[in-house]
Amino acid sequence: MGRKKWLLAAGVLVALVFPLGLRVPYHQHILIMILVWATLGNAWNLLGGYAGQASFGHAAFFGLGAYSAGLLVHHLGISPWWGMLLGPPVATAFALPIGLVCFRLRGPYFALATLALGEIFRLVFTNWVAFTNGARGILILPEFTRKLPYYYIMLAIFALSLVMVRVMVNSKLGYYFVSIREDQDAAEALGIPATRYKLYALLPSAFITGLVGAFYMNYVAFIDPHVVFSLGDVSVMIILVVMMGGVATLWGPAVGAAIYLALSEAFRARFGAVSLLPFGVLVCLVILFMPNGVMGEAARLGKRLAGRREGWGGEPA
Amino acid sequence: MSYLELRGVTKDFGGLRAVDNLSFEVEQGEIFGIIGPNGSGKTTCFNLINGFYPLTGGEIHFRGRRIDGLPPHRICELGIARTFQVVKPLRRMTVLENVMAGAFLRESRVAAARRRAREVLEFCGLAHRADVEAKSLTIADRKRLEIARALATQPEVLLLDETAAGLNPRECEEAIALIQRIRQSGVTVVVVEHVMKVIMGISDRVLAINFGREIARGTPGEIARHPEVIRAYLGEAHA
Ligand SMILES: Nc1ncnc2c1ncn2[C@@H]1O[C@H](COP(=O)(O)OP(=O)(O)O)[C@@H](O)[C@H]1O
Ligand SMILES: [Mg+2]
Repeated sequence: MGRKKWLLAAGVLVALVFPLGLRVPYHQHILIMILVWATLGNAWNLLGGYAGQASFGHAAFFGLGAYSAGLLVHHLGISPWWGMLLGPPVATAFALPIGLVCFRLRGPYFALATLALGEIFRLVFTNWVAFTNGARGILILPEFTRKLPYYYIMLAIFALSLVMVRVMVNSKLGYYFVSIREDQDAAEALGIPATRYKLYALLPSAFITGLVGAFYMNYVAFIDPHVVFSLGDVSVMIILVVMMGGVATLWGPAVGAAIYLALSEAFRARFGAVSLLPFGVLVCLVILFMPNGVMGEAARLGKRLAGRREGWGGEPA
Repeated sequence: MSYLELRGVTKDFGGLRAVDNLSFEVEQGEIFGIIGPNGSGKTTCFNLINGFYPLTGGEIHFRGRRIDGLPPHRICELGIARTFQVVKPLRRMTVLENVMAGAFLRESRVAAARRRAREVLEFCGLAHRADVEAKSLTIADRKRLEIARALATQPEVLLLDETAAGLNPRECEEAIALIQRIRQSGVTVVVVEHVMKVIMGISDRVLAINFGREIARGTPGEIARHPEVIRAYLGEAHA
């Protein structure tokens, strides 16, 4: 696998140097957002892709992370960077009871339960004005005026999530996650405690999602419940990103995020306010005709050429 | 102290009594057969032993310990593994990965689980299919995979649900040979079949049930001649 190592080294180098060459801050912004969505996708993929528990409520963990940072400033005047320490455990702590309740349900019922829970958080954070400042949201002073520091921080978080997913899915955990996804009854009959292992997928997933949420507060400097707890713009968008890139593939979320942001920017430039419609149609087409996502199809193709397989649901992990 | 024992086990599905006050003991090291027509409650019996369904009444004991009420993964951990009549391959995993999923119960390291899984595949005559996705196996190989995966959990007792159903005569012979090898390796086997021929050839003792109730028990020879069994299988006219 010498070639793979070189490829990785080259990738790291490009990721470190490339943004230095960008003159327009807006381009750096897009890179940062790609990393944000790639990392959210990595987190979702652990639970929804490998373990097969499609969450429609990841905005809850994202929002909890973001508000952990925002409320530190709002109430205590503490630097929102501390939110990066507080956000992940807060999101994880909420994930535990959510998992214990929702994992009693299977398939679409699980999806609906997570969707409902995500919406509950949005409503609570909108209406509990005394604590959250309600729909007016939270505005902070950004730490840096330049984009680059944010880029490198987010790059580190992305790398962390990627390593985490890789280590997990290449261990016993990964085999158990996929077994549960493929057939929960069979998995349980093989001695796999399904609920416990679903939690082992959910908790790190929520942790990373909360971390990205806290970063988002620091970076964008303004949040309100409708943005960070959004069903459409967070929970569903994560799923679309992963589906485009390839569910249960290691690089799928990153590839999906890059394609998604590149396309949506291109469409916005071309079609302006009505860009959502053609963009939505395109996303639907990609998902219809590439059900395994870009990385999934690539892996299938490679497999057919090489006559072997390397990963889960068609992908090299 | 008995090895595996069902005491007065009863299971209702709504108004339907699928298993009715059933009691039997399985002895360590034997092949114990359960026969009965379709719908007589054989699979339900396994689902009760394996913890998929709660009992309506009765108790199940294994090695002096009461096991009914435990979840399926605990029962497997205690050493009772099973196969499914309607096979449940982990479809998008390879055959090897399917068996590894079982092996991880006793081996936490990937390399060790893989080694163990390869041994089991070899034992079951499935080694040449190791890298194929489970969904592309033939029915005979899927049945083998069910057994291999269960064996990978290193069980003391193996519950086999209709392993021979749907197999051609040659595959049937191979399945029988495999079951005998499993017993020789020290695993106690409970075989459920509705095809009499198969079970009669390999079982040490047989329990015949109908409508969830015991109708006869004894050696295969005794069961084959038993008027109740003949009646259950062939209808009143032939009794
Ligand atoms: N989950 C279930 N819900 C309702 N009825 C069931 C269920 N499982 C089995 N039954 C019924 O219980 C009876 C016994 O079924 P089963 O144990 O599958 O029989 P066998 O394996 O001997 O063919 C049948 O009448 C069947 O319809
Ligand atoms: Mg049956």
